[in-house]
Amino acid sequence: MSAMTSALRRRRHFDVTPYLLVAPAVALILLIYVYPIVRVVIDSFLSPTAERGTTVGLANYTFVLNDPVFWKSAQNNAFLLIGVPIMTILALVIAVILFDQIRGWRIYRTLVFTPYILAVPVIGVTFVYLYSYNGIVNEMLRAVGAGGLAKDWLGNPTLVMPSILSVIVYRELGFGVMLFLARMASIREELYEAAMIDGAGWWARLRYITVPQLRTVITFFVVIELITMLSWVFAYVYSMTGGGPAFASSVLELYIWKYAFAYRAIGIASAVAVLLLVATSVFIVVQLLVRGDESDTGEE
Amino acid sequence: MSATVDARTGRGRRGPARRFFSPSALFKQALMLAIAIAAIYPVYYMLETSLKTRQGWTADQFGLPIPPTLENYVALLQDGRIPAWFMNSVLVTSASVAAATVVATLAAFAIARLQFRGRTFLLRLLIALMVIPPAVLILPLFLGMQPLGLTNTYQGVILIYTGMLIPFSVYMLSSFFRTLPAELFEAARIDGASTLRILRSIVVPLSGPGFVTLIVVNAMWVWNELLIALVFLQDDHKRTLMAGLTTLKGRYAVNEPAVMAGMFLGVLPILLLFLFGQRFFVRGLVAGAVK
Repeated sequence: MSAMTSALRRRRHFDVTPYLLVAPAVALILLIYVYPIVRVVIDSFLSPTAERGTTVGLANYTFVLNDPVFWKSAQNNAFLLIGVPIMTILALVIAVILFDQIRGWRIYRTLVFTPYILAVPVIGVTFVYLYSYNGIVNEMLRAVGAGGLAKDWLGNPTLVMPSILSVIVYRELGFGVMLFLARMASIREELYEAAMIDGAGWWARLRYITVPQLRTVITFFVVIELITMLSWVFAYVYSMTGGGPAFASSVLELYIWKYAFAYRAIGIASAVAVLLLVATSVFIVVQLLVRGDESDTGEE
Repeated sequence: MSATVDARTGRGRRGPARRFFSPSALFKQALMLAIAIAAIYPVYYMLETSLKTRQGWTADQFGLPIPPTLENYVALLQDGRIPAWFMNSVLVTSASVAAATVVATLAAFAIARLQFRGRTFLLRLLIALMVIPPAVLILPLFLGMQPLGLTNTYQGVILIYTGMLIPFSVYMLSSFFRTLPAELFEAARIDGASTLRILRSIVVPLSGPGFVTLIVVNAMWVWNELLIALVFLQDDHKRTLMAGLTTLKGRYAVNEPAVMAGMFLGVLPILLLFLFGQRFFVRGLVAGAVK
């Protein structure tokens, strides 16, 4: 401590201003992030129900790890991850097509992006109707003579997760398209000119120029969508199925929410929160690598 | 298409893509048309359904609403819940976005332009925190706020939202402030301007686009947020619009046009903002993907 103060004194103009400037932000972070994270870890070792619980060791974790609903929820989050490559490839295809400035590309761009600005709960409730037994999806199947394929998309335990995934892809796709288009606009023109002179075709330009140039921004999109699928899908599931039928579409966030606020089992909800935090922290490392040095995120 | 647009977007540099009738162009058009229709259909469905009477909807679920009726909107507005929820959302969103903008501006300026111990650590911490899901934080926040009487209050929710906006906001603004020319700061220093004076007279006036972008992204996030709103504002009259809208489905179970009218009212403000300020949305969301 004294070494530090003397080091500071040695600087001629020690200035408290930076510390005053960051103080409010730091205070908010301590309150909204640090305190809850410390507390959730402590609570996960306390008796599950009592307000001022006694320590129960790993009992909450044992309960959770033996609960089939927990595993079903974790498995559902894992299932959603397959949406990430699907979305990335689709978004790339759309971005490449729009970048070629096909007729009407501006209108297409706006329309494709629109779902991303819509609120998840609103999209969720609307899709409940679109996917219902007499909804538009089934009516279209019947109209083309495939009425046998008409299903209760959100009421069927096997179909419910793919159906929810389709809605997530529906909304998040536009974000990928926008991100990729923004980055493409800043690829240096000479690269394409040189390739053209060398006689590179459309595919070769895509394969050897566009995709490699987009590498950072593709990584960025993939990381964000992996995080989304793992821990930001509550609003989709809540507004579409509430986790049903039975627990067929439960996810970890919903599991935490139910144990915390419906069953009032604090210790158990906290234990799952800690597990989710541990799973997410893998991405903290990735996030630091992707963004740590203010690396380019596709803008400008 | 003007030359400036071409220069900015760099379009059209990958060979002739303007022919409309080549097989590949037709295929691309067909594909994009299908994707665009699918993308916009739910919005169209909301609007179209909301303009039908219940009888009209039962008779013809997918046809055009002829004649259109506003009775669902009138009924929802007279009921009073949606206007109240709407105002709650306006209050919570504007207060938390305003507070986060001020707090983040101060911190971002220090991080971008001043030297101090812990600067790098703080920036790394903020980047890491962007990943933490709200689901992990809500229970301890709830338990911590309960004895203080902050649950079920707007203050409590505003505090949480403000805090959760901080990591991204500081990150985004500090990258933005770093792009401002360094000579301006040196000149101001030589003229003896204080840090706060530099912040007020140089940084803020020059950062208009950065602020607009940040405010758009943050406002959209708060407006659309559901989990925290459900947990921390449980009284029916205190709900935010999003939390309220999720209750409509149960309340009007057999009246789909009424539910769709509510949904459409829920997305209308953001939709209008988007149509008029698309570039701010795009810039902001591209810059700040986490939310």
